[in-house]
Amino acid sequence: MSATGLPPHVRLANEIARQFAHREPADAATRIANHIKAVWDPRMKAALISHVDSGGEDLDPVAALAAEQLRPVEARGAQ
Amino acid sequence: MSLLKEPDFGTPARDGEATVELTIDGVSVTVPPGTSVMRAAKHAGLDIPKLCATDNLEAFGSCRLCIVEIDGARGTPASCTTPVAPGMVVRTQNEKLGKLRRGVMELYISDHPLDCLTCSANGDCELQDMAGVTGLREVRYGSGVEAGANHLDAPTDSSNPYFDFDASKCIACSRCVRACDEVQGTLALTIEGRGFDSKVAAGAGVSFMESDCVSCGACVQACPTATLQEKTVIELGMPTRSVITTCAYCGVGCSFKAELRGDELVRMVPYKDGGANEGHSCVKGRFAFGYASHPDRVMEPMVRDAITDPWRKVSWEEAIGFTARRLREIQANYGQGSIGAITSSRTTNEEVYVVQKMVRAVFGNNNVDTCARVCHSPTGYGLKQTFGESAGTQDFSSVDHADVILVIGANPTDAHPVFGSRMKKRLRQGAKLIVIDPRQIDLVRSPHIEAAHHLSLAPGTNVAIVNALSHVIVTEGLVDRAFVEERCEDFDQWETFISGPEHSPEAVAELTGVPAEEVRAAARLYATGGNGAIYYGLGVTEHSQGSTTVMGMANLAMATGNIGRAGVGVNPLRGQNNVQGSCDMGSFPHELPGYRHVSDDDVRDVYEKLWGTPLLNEPGLRIPNMFDSAIDGSFRALFVQGEDIAQSDPNTAHVFAALGALELLVVQDLFENETAKWAHVLLPGTSFLEKDGTFTNAERRINRVRPVMSPQTGKHEWEIICEISQAMGYPMHYDSAAQIMDEIAITTPTFAGVSFDHLDKVGSVQWPCNLEAPNGTPIMHTDEFTRGKGRFMETVYVPTTERSTRKYPLILTTGRILSQYNVGAQTRRTANVAWHPEDILELHPHDAEVRGIEDGSTVALSSRVGRTTLRAKLSERMPVGVCYTTFHHPVTGANVITTDNSDWATNCPEYKVTAVQVDLLVEPVNAQAAENLEPAVVGH
Repeated sequence: MSATGLPPHVRLANEIARQFAHREPADAATRIANHIKAVWDPRMKAALISHVDSGGEDLDPVAALAAEQLRPVEARGAQ
Repeated sequence: MSLLKEPDFGTPARDGEATVELTIDGVSVTVPPGTSVMRAAKHAGLDIPKLCATDNLEAFGSCRLCIVEIDGARGTPASCTTPVAPGMVVRTQNEKLGKLRRGVMELYISDHPLDCLTCSANGDCELQDMAGVTGLREVRYGSGVEAGANHLDAPTDSSNPYFDFDASKCIACSRCVRACDEVQGTLALTIEGRGFDSKVAAGAGVSFMESDCVSCGACVQACPTATLQEKTVIELGMPTRSVITTCAYCGVGCSFKAELRGDELVRMVPYKDGGANEGHSCVKGRFAFGYASHPDRVMEPMVRDAITDPWRKVSWEEAIGFTARRLREIQANYGQGSIGAITSSRTTNEEVYVVQKMVRAVFGNNNVDTCARVCHSPTGYGLKQTFGESAGTQDFSSVDHADVILVIGANPTDAHPVFGSRMKKRLRQGAKLIVIDPRQIDLVRSPHIEAAHHLSLAPGTNVAIVNALSHVIVTEGLVDRAFVEERCEDFDQWETFISGPEHSPEAVAELTGVPAEEVRAAARLYATGGNGAIYYGLGVTEHSQGSTTVMGMANLAMATGNIGRAGVGVNPLRGQNNVQGSCDMGSFPHELPGYRHVSDDDVRDVYEKLWGTPLLNEPGLRIPNMFDSAIDGSFRALFVQGEDIAQSDPNTAHVFAALGALELLVVQDLFENETAKWAHVLLPGTSFLEKDGTFTNAERRINRVRPVMSPQTGKHEWEIICEISQAMGYPMHYDSAAQIMDEIAITTPTFAGVSFDHLDKVGSVQWPCNLEAPNGTPIMHTDEFTRGKGRFMETVYVPTTERSTRKYPLILTTGRILSQYNVGAQTRRTANVAWHPEDILELHPHDAEVRGIEDGSTVALSSRVGRTTLRAKLSERMPVGVCYTTFHHPVTGANVITTDNSDWATNCPEYKVTAVQVDLLVEPVNAQAAENLEPAVVGH
């Protein structure tokens, strides 16, 4: 837990999302997801997905959209 | 003065083609116009006697030893001040000249102590040499008292901790004064008095230590006698051997001659042929090497089961076995990804390479990161996105061709002093300066230099200012359309974006605090003033939008065509000596060596075949992620190579919590640093004097680090890594560091042409170094960008979430000071503490007055994450509302205050913006916040 009180994966995803807030949500979500795919450790991605699955509290809505693109392909198909 | 003497041509080289032919002592020589007769003679293999001349200083013509005869010219002109002319016929030796020179020498010697045999410069004194060269056999006037009035009783100034000034030996040649002026650019020294009373003085009636002298050593280097002499030479005697190597401090990466007696280092002398420094130095590189032999050094491996236990000194075998066993146990219990490592920018490329190899091939994950995470990771990201390569574009000498220099978020005279001197030289020659910095750094106004524009912006608004500059350039028709059209892509959409009224200087003036007209004027100057060069530092990168600012600067450079030739470019000033190299070597968790993503099958295939093991294709943990994962329990063991994360990383309480949660912390370091207090294994490291390898500086220059002595701990650091790897079951062996570089070269395209042999042959190379560029690439992106077309990126300004509030109304920004380096582990163990014994809080007098704070008051500095105490210094260099401190001393623990806010793209911490309150402390508090969190208190 950071000084903001948010779990790290939520805080970091929100920080990334703020940078793309000027874009259309779908476009922003893809850019956020691509960035996370490129630099996040798998456990952090899993934690973000898990956070979304448990309601996504305090997570930027566009970051939540991005998290959907981080799911393994087979899991995405099952949604 | 130095043991290993490079050729001294007497006066500086002149640019241009060698077109002027003349004859000297019957030898024909052709040199560029403007060359002195003295220099031409040296080219012809002829040494003309000299005392006041040396080739890093303009000719002065005072000693009259270098007189010559020239056909058709009257008298005996000084060869140092006489330029060559076509057809000139010169004689440097004949009876008349010899007699005149001996006459000059007689006058010098008549007022010089004749104590050569006991003089500290015996054997290394140009006055002594010239007495021999001129054939001086008698001094008709006698010497000392018998010669009449003299200076033999002149006092010695020993105030500087590193050198003495013995005025009795001064020959008033002015070399020291001119070196301070021309090379260092501080102008601290002068010749006081006239005629016989002329004497060198450091300021008006003060000692060297009390003067403006920055102790760079240029005067000591320039002195032809023992007047300015290193104390170590006085105490130990002349060195007997010399090894060319590379400084272990900042990212300038200066080349030095390490001069020793046996295994004892006597002095460091800047190397004239060093590509980065060309014979100059700073107080750290030249003098602050005593830490390498400091008694605090850890010389034997130590282990303990718990951090509350005392250390046990053990054999290397036991330490390595313990480390390997515990790492494997933890992986068995918590998974392959539960361990990782942090590499260091203070270790060599070869040492870094083997650590990242250990992580990827032996640990079987990508949990490797480097301390560059907390300084220049946004540079790597931003420049790769725009230019295609994670590195600066120029060599240092490029600044000699700059017409407009834009310095943003950097303080080169303190943090990169040797390059700072070079920049100041260019500014004194007339280049224009724009400084973007909240503080009035020294460059803004110093002797013979004044910034054309100082944009004193509010911390955290870099992107807004850089965008505003671009907005002016685009909307006022200052874009270099031809360059953009030929060399770049995505310009049209960027042009639309940046033309938006929200980016205008007027629109952002309120939030940046910079008057719009000043921004417009600066933009016009950068775009139209000739070659525009951007230099930046951690004041750019250590922000929540560090990467965005880097991309914004790249946009600026591309829009104005300021890329791809001498005098321009986007140039990061790297903090530590091997920041560039540690990043190049694959220290980032998402990139293999050469900045190639771990998901690239072709690249992984190269390493999988060579290393004989499969590699993961997913990124690993970054340093902040490691801390978070340690606290959540998924990350249990960390190997830290030569880095003091407990002192250098932000939000100390958070770092301590993470370190305290680890089951195993292995620290490899010279000292039992703050991080080692949390460690279970402490592996002694080697100083730069013992290392064999390479450092890569901020201009991508790969320099050799040559061992001047064997490892004092018994092992090279790369050997230790190999042995841990072997103990973990992976065969890793190299016969030498050179063999590691060979492996780097065959696997990393940008290093393909690099080898120790090649470096020893050519001195240094700047990567890319390969078949196309066997001697390296001083300037990048000359014909096309590394990625093909330079890419314009939209850089939206997003304010940081760290804002001043009623409770924390001031903004703290942190940085460095000239005499100290990083966490101070090295410089605090040298006499450099004489200049900076403690971290100080600088704040504006207005902010101090309303709080009842006076200069020297002890104050409490608090943020939402921590609190510490330190002394205050009132300074109008600070804008109202902003305060500043350094992080060199653990007792202050500046990072107790900083938060875990970070750059959105790279997680580089936002050190430069922390909302704080400053309160006057009536009773000084001795116990610091950081100390209260130390292991003995917190425990596990």
